[in-house]
Amino acid sequence: MSDKENKYLTLFKIFFKMGAFTFGGGYAMIPLIESEIVEKRKWIDNEDILDIFSICQSVPGVLAVNSSLFIGFKVAGVIGALISVFSVTLPSFIVITLIFFFLKDFMTYSLVEFAFLGIRVGVVLIIINAVIKLSKSNLNAFSITVMVASFILSSIVDINVMFILIGAAIISLVFHKMKKDYLFNKKDGK
Amino acid sequence: MFYLKMFFTFFKIGLFTIGGGYAMIPLIQEEIISNGWMTETELIDFIAISESTPGPFAINVATFIGNKTSDIFGAAVCTLGVMMPSIIIVLIIAHYYERFKRNKIISTILEGLRPAVVGLIASAAFSIGKTVFINGNASSFIDSLLNINSIKCIIIFTIILLLNKMAKNKLHPILVIIISGLMGIGMFGFFS
Repeated sequence: MSDKENKYLTLFKIFFKMGAFTFGGGYAMIPLIESEIVEKRKWIDNEDILDIFSICQSVPGVLAVNSSLFIGFKVAGVIGALISVFSVTLPSFIVITLIFFFLKDFMTYSLVEFAFLGIRVGVVLIIINAVIKLSKSNLNAFSITVMVASFILSSIVDINVMFILIGAAIISLVFHKMKKDYLFNKKDGK
Repeated sequence: MFYLKMFFTFFKIGLFTIGGGYAMIPLIQEEIISNGWMTETELIDFIAISESTPGPFAINVATFIGNKTSDIFGAAVCTLGVMMPSIIIVLIIAHYYERFKRNKIISTILEGLRPAVVGLIASAAFSIGKTVFINGNASSFIDSLLNINSIKCIIIFTIILLLNKMAKNKLHPILVIIISGLMGIGMFGFFS
């Protein structure tokens, strides 16, 4: 097997394993990637991998998909990227499809029905925890204003998610420009 | 063609999901629930199921809804749709890696997007909370809160909230699901 094909196969194996064993969110993937790709095979170095993770969280899509694409690309080009992303999503696809076919029957058991009445309450808490955790890294005045504004606009005024995101991006650019101009004028002693 | 519509819907969802899987929830409420492809209660159940299965929430939801509204081929179409924006954008960025890292405009935009996403997820939590705690056929808000089922839900919530505080707000999602599931069986199964 050629070197390229070897890399393709290895990417498939690594990312399939990752897709199959990462529960509840892409962050669990990070230590796995660090050990398999950075330490074991040295295909990417530590500094780069941190940059890659931060970029992957800053673009559309989920961390698992984005980082598999990025890392696959760095290791073996476009084909490597596509193989990686395909293998990381395959376990999900299989499991969820299976669950779908068994779910309807599963949900008719009253014990399950009662459990889910409680579980739905649990989900509210899980999401609130996620909000608290995410808001911790955003504790300046600007961020807090944007957070509250987007909450109000979305839940009370019922504005479309896309418009809120586009608006937030524009406001951030405007605010940044205003801040720059203010500091610039201040420096000149005006 | 229905497959095409599903593909574009999930493409849109994938495009506007930034900053993690939960960011998808408000979008799903808008695109999927409003189209009647899923009810809010089904979404809540699915969030719980997704915590207990491998894989990212976004992929799980796409696969599930594709299966639900059509067939396994539809599931593949939806999953591909939600991944497509990532594939396009990440491959371009990976190519121009260095320039992206230093771009001031992009980092400024992200400074605005991140808190906005937090606010949006909070708003999703609010609407999900309404669905869970308030029951339909009441003549007023207070009436619906006093419904025995709502009170049971509030009790369950208070207990897991206390447990969560004891665990310093880091109670693992799967534990939350198991505990609240058991309480559900207790509250609704035995005390009904």
